[in-house]
Amino acid sequence: MSVHTLEIDGRMVTALEGETILAAAEDAGIFIPKLCAVEGLSAPGACRLCMVEIAGQNKLRAACLTRAAEGMVVRTETSALREQRKLLVELLLAEGNHVCSVCVVNGYCELQSLAAALDVDHVRFTPRYPARTIDLSHERFGLDHNRCILCTRCVRACDEIEGAHTLDVAGRGRTARIITDLAEPWGHSESCTGCGKCVRTCPTGALFLKNKPAAEMKKDSGFIRQIIAARREKIWI
Amino acid sequence: MTPQILARAREAEQDRQSRLRDRILCCTVAGCLSSGAGAVRRSLEQEVERQGLGGAVEIAGTGCMGLCGDGPLIRSSKRDLIYSKVAPGHAPAVIAGAHPAMTADHPFYKGQRRLVLANSGRADPERIRDYIAAGGYEALLQAVTRMTPDEIISVIRRSGLRGRGGAGYPAGLKWELVARQKSPVKYVVCNADEGDPGAFMNRSVLEGDPHRVLEGMVIAGRAVGAQQGFIYARGESPLAIERLQTAIGQARNERLCGERIFDTSFNFRIDLRIGAGAYVCGEETALIASIEGGRGQPRPRPPYPPESGLWGAPTLINNVETFANVPAIVANGAEWFSKIGAPASPGTKIFALAGRVARTGLVEVPVGTSLQTIIEDIGGGVPEGYEFKAAQTGGPAGGCIPASALGVPMDYDSLPAIGTMMGSGGLIVMDSSTCMVDIARFFMEFCMEESCGKCVPCRAGTVQMHSILERITRGEGDPRDIARLMELADLLQNTSACGLGIAAPNPVISTLRYFREEYESHIHARRCPAARCRMHGEAAA
Repeated sequence: MSVHTLEIDGRMVTALEGETILAAAEDAGIFIPKLCAVEGLSAPGACRLCMVEIAGQNKLRAACLTRAAEGMVVRTETSALREQRKLLVELLLAEGNHVCSVCVVNGYCELQSLAAALDVDHVRFTPRYPARTIDLSHERFGLDHNRCILCTRCVRACDEIEGAHTLDVAGRGRTARIITDLAEPWGHSESCTGCGKCVRTCPTGALFLKNKPAAEMKKDSGFIRQIIAARREKIWI
Repeated sequence: MTPQILARAREAEQDRQSRLRDRILCCTVAGCLSSGAGAVRRSLEQEVERQGLGGAVEIAGTGCMGLCGDGPLIRSSKRDLIYSKVAPGHAPAVIAGAHPAMTADHPFYKGQRRLVLANSGRADPERIRDYIAAGGYEALLQAVTRMTPDEIISVIRRSGLRGRGGAGYPAGLKWELVARQKSPVKYVVCNADEGDPGAFMNRSVLEGDPHRVLEGMVIAGRAVGAQQGFIYARGESPLAIERLQTAIGQARNERLCGERIFDTSFNFRIDLRIGAGAYVCGEETALIASIEGGRGQPRPRPPYPPESGLWGAPTLINNVETFANVPAIVANGAEWFSKIGAPASPGTKIFALAGRVARTGLVEVPVGTSLQTIIEDIGGGVPEGYEFKAAQTGGPAGGCIPASALGVPMDYDSLPAIGTMMGSGGLIVMDSSTCMVDIARFFMEFCMEESCGKCVPCRAGTVQMHSILERITRGEGDPRDIARLMELADLLQNTSACGLGIAAPNPVISTLRYFREEYESHIHARRCPAARCRMHGEAAA
């Protein structure tokens, strides 16, 4: 397998053939903000936070979708990119009903951490305060649409890893929302296996375990990588 | 169908038509039908029967003759006259040739060059014999029996035809990309998901001359090595769907599509897929997702459809008007086509002319015709008592052109230079009673409603831009709003995942560029210069 050498933020980095800029950067310990991409799941290129500059290209590229190429010169952190990411995070914060102080994942939320990392100390846009619902019909899980950022990690984990495809997106634009089966209450779902992969990949408090204190709500989508590796190696611990 | 049968069918139908005393063609496309063309046609048929002219005068349907604002339109083919605003009571006068009429040198038609709409007003879209009599399927015969796929592609490439869907990508290059792929399965897709507000170019072509589009697709199939084609049509155009179904059935019966076309080993099947009305499905990857049965939302590009499209197979996607240009190019040669229109973008373009202009409807002009010629000569200008303010081209992705730029040639390179685009051909003329901030708000609302919701800048950014514009038109604008709009416009252009989000700010950017003082008046003086917006606290008029 061939290896490419490229430059990311002034550092020489190696990438395997077919590897994305995002993966190459993460392997080298370079942090590129992202909310939708998860290692092991398909990349939709939806959050647009990982957009980077590539020398010689006049358009910005999503690092999660762009393959690393030999000799590429990538910049992941410029003042323009930083400002852009702040705007995107502010748009997300204004779009839903994100109230950290009463959220089950306060302290463990990827949206919250990212906002802090980008110095988002206030939101310049009018909050939309949309009227959204909460689905608590499932025995163990809850789905709070107020906190959903439509990254579709749950949809992809459910479809691509668990193979259940219980979750999907309905509606469009600002009315788009996650649904279970044919927009039925989650508790009535016949396809849901109750595996909980959706909850573990959710970057915010939109999907949560019922009856758990906030301190036990720490999530980590790294388990997807482990499942994929275990399936490939046929080794299960 | 064999070459001999095609030639015989053509001659027989031409002969039959020439022996008629007159063939009166009634527009049978949505615009005229909505103004009563159906009743006019029935009354003409009754009048023919009443006068006992059965075998001598034939009443038939036909495609869009352009002057939709003056419909229903009727054409007498023997007298070569077009009658406008015909009512059922006019039937006797029309048949006698005593009704006031327009001739081909009417200013509306004089500046036009009708290639794609050549059969409109001349042939019946529901009869394949009419299309064949007008020389139809000759190009396909040539492409299938006398040309190699490489030769067809070479003709399209040398003709300089550019995609008529809006982006203007060279069609020959796209065909070549698909042809070069080594894959046993390839697809040809016709993008008929025309969704710009006020645009009805593609719908009229499909309703008025469906065989032309089918012929173009089959030729494309032969050129790129595909055996299956799909037409993705809008569910909101039931008549276009009906005409396509009729035409596909007729072409299949005559072996002009389907299996063993012209008795060769070439097979090409065409199927219809009906969209559910999402604007974003006009974006090629969203369209592919929709045909596959998935959610109509764009997928990341690359890979581009010529490499990996429908079900992962190499896919050629062109717009209705692009395919409709193909038969004439193959029949008349690349040379002929490249001499029409502008050197960098040859051929013609259909525009849907609407708004404050004397004559509204469909116009087909050589690419590069100036906006002034279209509005003033063909459209008859802005009616007396009104003042031209701006022209909007390119639909929600386009921009507004002020009076100072009226001389701009309508082509794929000049329009982007002044901040708008050709788009698929919408052209709306606005007068001084139109508020430009309100227009920007209208188009932003459209994009907000039509955003698929996948990427953040488009889903949430259009909502915020719309809310700012709405605030300004309510008289509650903030002095920082213009800067905020520009910041968001920049974000959407730089980070959106597909053309919808990238182009959504265009109406705002172009109105800010040419009509900034209107924004400022709303924000600072709390006054709408066009007196259209009702300002906060203002009494209802």
